[in-house]
Amino acid sequence: MDIASTIGQVQGFTAVAAGLLIGLAALGTAIGFGVLGGKFLEGVARQPELTAMLMMRMFLVAALVDAFAAISIAMGLYFIFASNPFLGAVMNAVKPVAS
Amino acid sequence: MTAENLTTGQYIQHHLENLTFNLHTMSLGRDGFWTLNLDTLFVGLVTALLLGFMMRWVASRMTSGTPGRLQNFIEMIIEFVDRSVRETYHGKSPLIAPLALTIFVWIFTMNLMDLLPVDLLPRILGALGLGHFRSVPTSDPNATFAMSLTVFALIVFYNVTVKGLKLGKEILTQPFGAWLFPINILFRCIEEFVKPLSLSLRLFGNMFAGELIFILIAVMPWWAQWLPGGMWAIFHILIITIQAFIFMMLTIVYLSMAHDTH
Repeated sequence: MDIASTIGQVQGFTAVAAGLLIGLAALGTAIGFGVLGGKFLEGVARQPELTAMLMMRMFLVAALVDAFAAISIAMGLYFIFASNPFLGAVMNAVKPVAS
Repeated sequence: MTAENLTTGQYIQHHLENLTFNLHTMSLGRDGFWTLNLDTLFVGLVTALLLGFMMRWVASRMTSGTPGRLQNFIEMIIEFVDRSVRETYHGKSPLIAPLALTIFVWIFTMNLMDLLPVDLLPRILGALGLGHFRSVPTSDPNATFAMSLTVFALIVFYNVTVKGLKLGKEILTQPFGAWLFPINILFRCIEEFVKPLSLSLRLFGNMFAGELIFILIAVMPWWAQWLPGGMWAIFHILIITIQAFIFMMLTIVYLSMAHDTH
């Protein structure tokens, strides 16, 4: 019973952590892309003949902006769906006692 | 393959396992650090050879008249890479542009493996007896770190050979001035180590997240897969192109920074 509540606690904290990872990543990228897109539109409105060059630069900066967000999302999804290392540590500590 | 009723978690785990080769016992299996990921090596090698031989074949039968479609396509890519290198790099090394072309085309093709159906290659190779297989080499951090550490080695090499002793002066005096040289050294070290780290983790994160979302879509019931699968696949085409382009642009920028100072 004690073990079940420990496992439940670890799972719960992992769920919150994964939610924070994905949520904060989404927040950061949304704001970043919004500002980036706004500046791009302003630049194109000033000088429409530079659209192609500005669009290429915009995609370049967009990929830089979502770099670490992608890593955070990958980590969050990994914790939810693939192995949970914190749970693994608890199970390893429990095994010798149970057997 | 026998009919197995995997749980959702087991299916996902199965698709996230590499085909590993233990270097201690020289057999399939995992052993910590001394493990080769055979699927990454195999797919990376096959894509590289395919691209190399295809481009070589087109180059060997190049005509100065109207080019065929494949030759036209390859010329477009080469002109694009050439333009990107010319805008950013003002040195004379003949290595940069071919390196940029290799990086762009190879990373794009390895990323393109992610658009194959999730179960296609693992089922085919499972019928041949191989237990696990991941078809996207760039979603393996080994592959992305290999590429970015190679670029890092080139950055260090060019820094040392092109700048010579001025490199020492640059490390000690940028950006704060000569009397704050410990801080300058610290900032320089952080900057130099963040370059390969961010380069590889950016590509790995994007590809791993993309692959994982495809697996999660594959877990949904078949009638519900079309809409999210279609939308994510179309978005993913944009992502793989952008990530390959970013790796190439950053390589060019870092190598040109290694040739001249800020």
